[in-house]
Amino acid sequence: MKKILIIGATSAIAEHCARIWAGRGDALYLVARNEERLKTIAADLKVRGAAETDTYWTDLNYMDHHAALLDAAEAAMGGIDTVLIAHGTLSNQNACEECVEETLAEIKTNALSTISLLTLIANRFESKESGTIAVISSVAGDRGRASNYVYGSAKAMITAFTSGMRQRLHKSNVTVITIKPGFIDTPMTAAFKKGLLWAKPTKVADKIVRAIDAKKNEVYVPAFWWAVMVIIKTVPVAVFKKLML
Amino acid sequence: MTATTQTLTNISGWGNYPTQDAQVITPLSLSAYQTQLAQHPSIIARGMGRSYGDSANAPIVLQTTYCDHFIAFDKATGLLTVEAGVLLRDILKITVKQGWFLPVTPGTSFVTVGGAIASDVHGKNHHIAGTFGQHVVSITMLLGTGEVVTTSPTELPDLFHATCGGMGLTGVILSATIQLIPIQSAFIAQKTIKADCIEAACEAFETNSSGTYSVAWIDCLATGKHLGRSVLMLGEHAESGRLDLTVKDPITVPIHTPAALLNSMTMRAFNNAYWVKASGDKTQTVPLLPYFYPLDAIGGWNKLYGKAGFLQYQFVLPKVDGVANMRNILTQIAQSGQGSFLAVLKQFGQANQNLLSFPIEGYTLALDFKMSQSTIDLLHRLDDMVAGMGGRVYLTKDAVMLEVSFKTMYSNWEQFEAVRQKYGAIEKFASAQSKRLGLA
Ligand SMILES: Cc1cc2nc3c(=O)[nH]c(=O)nc-3n(C[C@H](O)[C@H](O)[C@H](O)COP(=O)(O)OP(=O)(O)OC[C@H]3O[C@@H](n4cnc5c(N)ncnc54)[C@H](O)[C@@H]3O)c2cc1C
Ligand SMILES: NC(=O)c1ccc[n+]([C@@H]2O[C@H](COP(=O)([O-])OP(=O)(O)OC[C@H]3O[C@@H](n4cnc5c(N)ncnc54)[C@H](OP(=O)(O)O)[C@@H]3O)[C@@H](O)[C@H]2O)c1
Repeated sequence: MKKILIIGATSAIAEHCARIWAGRGDALYLVARNEERLKTIAADLKVRGAAETDTYWTDLNYMDHHAALLDAAEAAMGGIDTVLIAHGTLSNQNACEECVEETLAEIKTNALSTISLLTLIANRFESKESGTIAVISSVAGDRGRASNYVYGSAKAMITAFTSGMRQRLHKSNVTVITIKPGFIDTPMTAAFKKGLLWAKPTKVADKIVRAIDAKKNEVYVPAFWWAVMVIIKTVPVAVFKKLML
Repeated sequence: MTATTQTLTNISGWGNYPTQDAQVITPLSLSAYQTQLAQHPSIIARGMGRSYGDSANAPIVLQTTYCDHFIAFDKATGLLTVEAGVLLRDILKITVKQGWFLPVTPGTSFVTVGGAIASDVHGKNHHIAGTFGQHVVSITMLLGTGEVVTTSPTELPDLFHATCGGMGLTGVILSATIQLIPIQSAFIAQKTIKADCIEAACEAFETNSSGTYSVAWIDCLATGKHLGRSVLMLGEHAESGRLDLTVKDPITVPIHTPAALLNSMTMRAFNNAYWVKASGDKTQTVPLLPYFYPLDAIGGWNKLYGKAGFLQYQFVLPKVDGVANMRNILTQIAQSGQGSFLAVLKQFGQANQNLLSFPIEGYTLALDFKMSQSTIDLLHRLDDMVAGMGGRVYLTKDAVMLEVSFKTMYSNWEQFEAVRQKYGAIEKFASAQSKRLGLA
């Protein structure tokens, strides 16, 4: 039985990961800001077989709660083996361009709150010399694009931060996994027209759980996004700036 | 975030006909249904869109995709409470290994509990177990007034009997408690019997009516002496064997194939092959999923009918004169030359009290037709025949029936409207189908 902390547990992707873990009989500690949904998901995971499901209700932008939530999770499960950080918001790029506060709020949700959590978790795992930390970044963090560079740059920070943390914690036997989903059909992307490039959250969850089992470093989900991003990253800046992406 | 709204999406039922541009709203929690209902003058609930026609189509649909949570399961009693968006498939993944199975299941596991109740679906055990609704202990639903109520055969029974089989027109089912049945094994002992005409098939149903599951594949293209030749498949839950379920993701048909692939030549070949391959009086043990849901192995098989889509037609004829009447209808279909790839014959047991529930005691046949104007004409002719014989057409499969046929077949429709009136459902819940059939 693993002891798994899920931050942003109401995320569709995180919820499907949790269902797989529940089916395996793992203990789950769920953190999210919508209390009704948090309770519903906890009860559901229990029926699906989770050894236990405890919940912590907070807005993750209250960073001064982070240490307390980690303490509470450790106390409830008797330690933490694995953390999945999944919360995020798809920024409204136009609104961000119009408003500094909006831009900073998006950076806070999508980067700073995660950085705060990672800093605390890294130290705890480093001292016990074990643990797996999986963080959902995005392919959007691989190269800033006009259509969503606020969200993209926040995710770029997560990607760079976890890359460095992975090096640092390697010698302490701690695994750090950067997950880069492509287009996933979840509430976050409800407003988009779906096509062939889109994947279901169940598929993505399956890949994430397997990446955690296999202690991978960095995964693109679905895998073809690796090739797509190689191409996008190879386009020379002089050309890239003229593209509408 | 409490609900998400997609940009205008082209939706349809499983037959891909008719289609409609709709605003698809997916509430993220049960309380969000109330908020959404208050914001829109008229909506219809939508589950997996596995009904064939337009019963889950409307300009604004509340789709239950994200309300797919288990609420409670008592493995000692088999009492299960789930949100309406939970799929039958997901229930099986969890309960079979604990020794519990669905009391009634349709031929696909990709349907929601809300959809199964709203269509009051039946399975291969109708003659023994009745419909899905007969195993529903209680329903929590949202009324047109914005109120959330619990209904059961004893609490607000009029609402309960209008909601089971009510095609979403009484309100939105939020959650339900169902009594599951105990099983000893995840396998079915299946026996196959060949019947070389419709009379022999109906007789075989009669002889085997004490068995749990029975259904027949019928060759609609056979004529004359062999009209209605069938392969009956009987099943009983095995008493030994493991309780684990092997669940494979379906392989998918990615695109609409040219409908020409399904012409009558290929159909005739298929039906012949099926007949020849089936060996009579053979018993074998098969796993639950392929037994109940053979088509679930191929995702999106409906696309095989091409872009224009197809119509499924399922009707039931009363037992009295049922066999002779069935022969008449089969002759009509065979003469039309528009036979079906999949035709399924089944015996129904007694009707229940639900106002718009489909099954009545007798024989039911389900067939697919490639969509075309001549198919619509044929179905209208068949509607008249079926209505004249005291039978009815299954609303969850229907896409083209006329108001007059519906009101003849479902003589409780006025009572149904009165219950809707009483609980504030009139106009608030409406689908493309309910409008076509002249419900308010
Ligand atoms: C391959 C295949 C085999 C089938 N075999 C059988 C069979 O053997 N027996 C049988 O009886 N049926 C059968 N069906 C039909 C299917 O079981 C029904 O159409 C079922 O209702 C589909 O469920 P759904 O979740 O897809 O609902 P949808 O198709 O989305 O909706 C169907 C109806 O239910 C209503 N509804 C859905 N959710 C709710 C809710 N939460 N609250 C209120 N109303 C709601 C809708 O408004 C609509 O009127 C089969 C269908 C297919 C595709
Ligand atoms: N979907 C995609 O195409 C895609 C692609 C690449 C990366 N991702 C990333 O995948 C992760 C999961 O997203 P998803 O697709 O599963 O979408 P989702 O279902 O919308 O999940 C996002 C979750 O984050 C929560 N959240 C946002 N801000 C929060 C805060 N301040 N405090 C607490 N919780 C907060 C949201 O809670 P509320 O509902 O309460 O707001 C929501 O449950 C995100 O990091 C996202 O950026 C998604």
